[in-house]
Amino acid sequence: MIEVAADVPLWAAIPTALLVLLGAGLALTGSFGLLRLSSFYDRIHAPTLGSTLGIGCVLIASMFFFSVVETRPVLHELLITVLMVVTTPVALMLLARAALYRDRTEGNPDVPPLPGLDPEEPVPAPEGGEAPESHPAAAPAEEPASAVRTVRES
Amino acid sequence: MMARWLPYPLVAAALAGVWLLLNETVSPGAILLGAVAAVAASRVLVRLDMPRIRPRRLLAIVRLTGIVLVEIVRSNNAVARIILGRRKGRTSGFVRIPLDMRNPYGLCALACIITATPGTVWVEYDSTDSWVLIHVLDLVDEEVWVRIIKQRYEARLMEIFE
Repeated sequence: MIEVAADVPLWAAIPTALLVLLGAGLALTGSFGLLRLSSFYDRIHAPTLGSTLGIGCVLIASMFFFSVVETRPVLHELLITVLMVVTTPVALMLLARAALYRDRTEGNPDVPPLPGLDPEEPVPAPEGGEAPESHPAAAPAEEPASAVRTVRES
Repeated sequence: MMARWLPYPLVAAALAGVWLLLNETVSPGAILLGAVAAVAASRVLVRLDMPRIRPRRLLAIVRLTGIVLVEIVRSNNAVARIILGRRKGRTSGFVRIPLDMRNPYGLCALACIITATPGTVWVEYDSTDSWVLIHVLDLVDEEVWVRIIKQRYEARLMEIFE
């Protein structure tokens, strides 16, 4: 591998190095953001730097480098791109929904209450404060009754 | 006949493509094996009874992909500046966006787009009242975000999927 890398012409080595450095820099920035940003919902944005443009740069560099070295198109990095795009939202949504569920159960005032508790008012403002009284049937089925009660009491 | 043997032609074609990419070859043997595997695997989906999809408006798909790619680069830059910068007074917050789109594939694509763009995360979706809750890292005006999501993405996705 290292001997192969030494034979790479300069015109291919420079863009590869720049792309890898840019991708790694974005991933580092994203990790730094995990430390730097203050709330959970802010922090969840930071790693997306590494999982979008960061990994994109590294994959383009990889395709370019190995296509030059092996003198044929090397494209299977495209699969990694597709799988990243499809799977990242699942993980992020799980994390965000878990945090939202916890904050609502604890009655954290910074998160929007669950609407639909009152059928007369399907979409209240996000900073709605008190959730209105409601019939239990109006609550979405996925929300256990205990959580609904806590939201209402808070 | 065609519908019976190949109920999801797009999925089968995509699986065959994945097979060939993984094997890094277009030799006849790999194509044959990939085709058999793709048809067999896509027929499993019949059991799941997934709604079918028709390839339409390829130009709109290409254009939307371009818009999303540009937006990903721009928001990477913006979020990196927020993380590394010293700007004070940034507020983040939730925005609830009413949606007109109900197609599950369209919603899935919208979730991928919103999450793949740094600075916005899809948090919660309500299929009964059809709204989505997103979290925005740099929230200046909620109305602007509602307009961005609805006009830039939802309208185009509805054009493609509905």
